[in-house]
Amino acid sequence: MLVHLRRSLILAVICLVFFGFVYAFAGTGVSQLLFKSQADGSLTANGSTLIGQPWNLTKCPGHSLGSCVFQGRPDDLGPYSDTEKNNPSPAGHPGDDPLVLNGVAGESGATNLGPKSAELVKYTKDLVKYWHARGVNPTPDLVTTSGSGYDPDISQQDALVQIPMVAKATGISSSKLRALVVSETHPAQWGFLGAQYIDVLQLNEGLAALK
Amino acid sequence: MGFFFTLVALVVTLGLTWRYLGSYMEAVFNGRVHWLAWIERPVYRMLGTSPEQEQTWKRYAGAMVVFTFVSLVFTYVIIRIQGSLPLNPQHLGAVGSALDFNTSASFVTNTNWQNYGGETTMSYFSQIGALTVQQFVSPAVGISAAMVLVRGFSRRKSPTIGNFWVDMTRCLFYVLLPIAFVFGIIFVGEGAVQTLAGTASFHDVLNNVSQTIARGPIGFMETIKQLGTNGGGFLNANSATPFENPTGLTNFLSFWLLLSIPVALTYTFGKMVGSIKHGFALLAVVIILFGVWVGYTANAEHQNNPAVAKAGIVATVGNTEGKEVRFGDTSSALFGVASTSTSTGSADSAYDSFTPIGGMGLLTGMMMGEVTPGGTGTGLYTLLIYAILAVFIGGLMIGRTPEYLGKKIQAKEVKLAGLGSLVMPMVVLILTAIAVSLVVGRAGPENAGPHGFTEILYGLTSQGNNNGSAFGGLTGNTPFYNIVGAIDMLLGRFGVMIPALALGGVLAEKDVVPESLGTFRTDNGMFVGLTIGVILIIGGLTFFPAIALGPVVEQLSHLRFF
Repeated sequence: MLVHLRRSLILAVICLVFFGFVYAFAGTGVSQLLFKSQADGSLTANGSTLIGQPWNLTKCPGHSLGSCVFQGRPDDLGPYSDTEKNNPSPAGHPGDDPLVLNGVAGESGATNLGPKSAELVKYTKDLVKYWHARGVNPTPDLVTTSGSGYDPDISQQDALVQIPMVAKATGISSSKLRALVVSETHPAQWGFLGAQYIDVLQLNEGLAALK
Repeated sequence: MGFFFTLVALVVTLGLTWRYLGSYMEAVFNGRVHWLAWIERPVYRMLGTSPEQEQTWKRYAGAMVVFTFVSLVFTYVIIRIQGSLPLNPQHLGAVGSALDFNTSASFVTNTNWQNYGGETTMSYFSQIGALTVQQFVSPAVGISAAMVLVRGFSRRKSPTIGNFWVDMTRCLFYVLLPIAFVFGIIFVGEGAVQTLAGTASFHDVLNNVSQTIARGPIGFMETIKQLGTNGGGFLNANSATPFENPTGLTNFLSFWLLLSIPVALTYTFGKMVGSIKHGFALLAVVIILFGVWVGYTANAEHQNNPAVAKAGIVATVGNTEGKEVRFGDTSSALFGVASTSTSTGSADSAYDSFTPIGGMGLLTGMMMGEVTPGGTGTGLYTLLIYAILAVFIGGLMIGRTPEYLGKKIQAKEVKLAGLGSLVMPMVVLILTAIAVSLVVGRAGPENAGPHGFTEILYGLTSQGNNNGSAFGGLTGNTPFYNIVGAIDMLLGRFGVMIPALALGGVLAEKDVVPESLGTFRTDNGMFVGLTIGVILIIGGLTFFPAIALGPVVEQLSHLRFF
């Protein structure tokens, strides 16, 4: 029994050193050396390409909020805040607050609402109304939240249905926008892993360049 | 079509893993691999042991229990005093005692149930020194336990069954460390974050939004999280977050990594007992059940989400609520089944938002005792327990004393196997009954009705099976769920592991009976079918009433089953 205890303590310390600190520090060293940009979070001037942002409160002179940019999925600070009377606070929305505006980093997370949930039906109906008011016939991605709560991507179809809204607010022709959407579409990795997607931040950077 | 090729790629890569990782692990545990001897020998010297010092199963089990207890204390203390420790750029304070107990029990039992949100609760010191360390140690404990049962079959008239400290050291350094490190580099290359620099803040001029993003040493924790069938992520939303699981490739590597060791161990088993065919028979059981569960769950998730349909959107791309665009619905379902058929419990989508029968696919994967293919080591020994029950039933049918690999399966073995297969369902069902009878238990679920019941049942099934996935709507960070969950995890771990070790010890003492014409074959289709039958009957009979009250009622109230 005592010999078990002594060996357990020694092995626990060895593991703490090796599989805790040596592993994490060596891993961080190698990562920073080989893939600095990815290891730091794929940061660009306007944010991380891997973390979704709320686009629904973008000011569009003469048009309703958020109609002059492509919007991502309604994760948290997405269209939910607009359906609740332009309130940018995440309080009262389903799910956690992954990205607190002007605050500290919050938690990632999904709504966790079941498929029969009355609450989910209500939120989805609100979102359908939100999109219809902007002349958009929404796809399922645009009225459901993601697993992380900050999905940075939308599908090509999700971007195409937003073209009438963006064209009207920016004055850029639909055919140009369509060409932009197609050029920003990433196919499924290696042709079969996962699904095709568009990074919303990159899409809007491309849109800003068109303007 | 993409999903079809994903499945083909998974079958091919797992086939190679089965063959080569399986044979590598056999060499490691039989002491024929020496490339890290310069680390291995000093470790033995410090521990004051050597591969020649063998233990009886009782000493082995004692060492394992004491070591797990010491690990529990280490983990608990580090998390409790993290506020005074370095590597805490977000200045996170101490974690409450009930939550800390639950978390420590969770990580030392390979469960990785998380009643906390990682990025807002755990300092880098806790993530590295407490949680990542246990993600290496707890799978090594499981694999060592499986080796004991395998040696029970491969040895004759042997009073000893190996040395716990040697098995642990070999597993940690030769198997887990190199694989996790190499794939860690790939994960970071794809976009997983690996930094100690704290959060990042910036301002986007396009939409006038300011963001602060949580970062950390995530990428390398990610690979050992999957490889060791742990499942506890750095961030709250686990593998759904792009910082943990950035691309389709990392998603594929995630479910390949978490299946690799449990699948390969069936080869290791076959090679150690001198009959690869027997290993393949166990693999066949795994493939058939896993294949059916993937097909069923992916089909369920390819359906429209009823709430979305009710709001007037006729979906064409399946249930998108709680799923990430870059993965899609079918790959998310495959990830879910892989994660709940092993003891991983990581998630690249919100399981709570799966369709009722899709969620049932995940729940029943755990209820079968996690044998398809199960956790690292735990899957193999639980599968062998079922195999022993299958030969016992087969023996009853033909009226002969049953044998498995030449070892007579007698009253003592069947009692131990029965104990090992019944402890988990008893613990899970009793605790679920307690939780739904108490006000504090019923306060947990976020969703109403049968879905709320499923959230409780799922939570306690997950912890009892050391899985760690969750229907995230359940508010688990209450004194009640923290304590009950910790008890569930510890009983679920040792309630199966100790009977498995005892079985190994009892079997190793026996001599081998020569095979004769009347011997019940245990490497053919009949045996595979019988084992599948035993798994389904035990899992089905014990859990069907509970499932009927949860997902089945919920789905039927939606008027159709598919």
